[in-house]
Amino acid sequence: MSRIWPAILISGAGTYAMRASFLAFAHRIVTVPPAVARILRQIPPAALAAIILPALVRPDGHLDLLQPRLLAGILAAIVAWRTRNVGLTLVVGIGVVAGVHWL
Amino acid sequence: MPSLTDARAGATAIAPMLLGVVPFGLVAGAAPVAEGFDGWAAVGLSTLVFAGASQLAIVDVLSDSGSAVVAILAALTINLRMVLYSASLAPYLGHESTGRCLGAAYLLNDQVYALSVPRWAADDRAEGRLAFYMGAAVLLWVGWVAATIAGVVLGAAVPDSVPLDFAVPLVFLVLLVPVIVDRPSTVAAVTGGLVAVVAAEAGAGPLSMIVGAVAGIAAGTTVDARRREPASP
Repeated sequence: MSRIWPAILISGAGTYAMRASFLAFAHRIVTVPPAVARILRQIPPAALAAIILPALVRPDGHLDLLQPRLLAGILAAIVAWRTRNVGLTLVVGIGVVAGVHWL
Repeated sequence: MPSLTDARAGATAIAPMLLGVVPFGLVAGAAPVAEGFDGWAAVGLSTLVFAGASQLAIVDVLSDSGSAVVAILAALTINLRMVLYSASLAPYLGHESTGRCLGAAYLLNDQVYALSVPRWAADDRAEGRLAFYMGAAVLLWVGWVAATIAGVVLGAAVPDSVPLDFAVPLVFLVLLVPVIVDRPSTVAAVTGGLVAVVAAEAGAGPLSMIVGAVAGIAAGTTVDARRREPASP
């Protein structure tokens, strides 16, 4: 049980080191070469999609397209695209999953 | 005072995201207690690690009688994306002192990152950047820690039938939509998502997100380069 504190402290320090990895040297970055800037621009779409899609198609740790989270995700994506509204997207997404569960 | 205005803009931008972050924070507070750890461990995770998915991974590994080393490796693998975020933000903060950047680094997370980059890219004004980031990040931190404490106290009162964990990918969905602006970013997102799923199916575990992200970045960059220089026949 006390094993959790070493895990918390080392994970916290390691995660901070990763967060600070480039920010610590931000003042040395005078200009970013255009080629590097074009690579950096692809990080948000690629990283976010790599988190989202597995959560939609393998919620229980294996590929499964016949479960409510994929449908909920598609409907929520349409709502997010049309409205950009976080609250509405959450209500639709969670509502679909909870609704299918209760049916 | 422009910085106060920017900080307020950041807080306003992140506020609706709390609807998704708070339920996740409740889970981050309740899960360690449910697995037999004390409430201080839950609060320690939320303040020192401050990254939800990796916090749950640590609790999961240790409660399955896994070693602390495995728990740490799982957490750090999940959080590898912070290196990408750090690299992506740093070029915008060259005018700030190292001390301020190191402080900002502690609060770096998915939501604040995904809000800041599009705004900074669209606005040439350098002064307000860190204030916007801090306004968003501090509010998110307070909401996250408060939700964790509530989760410790409420514990199992959160019903299983309400899929609160699903709030997280839904918040990311709202963040993803505005960054898909052209063909390269579309290719980056589609490739990133599909490769992450394939990697997870192949058994890459927590690494699959990074594998997907790197593949998506490579694919998007390639399409971008082709668009700029039409390939000779």
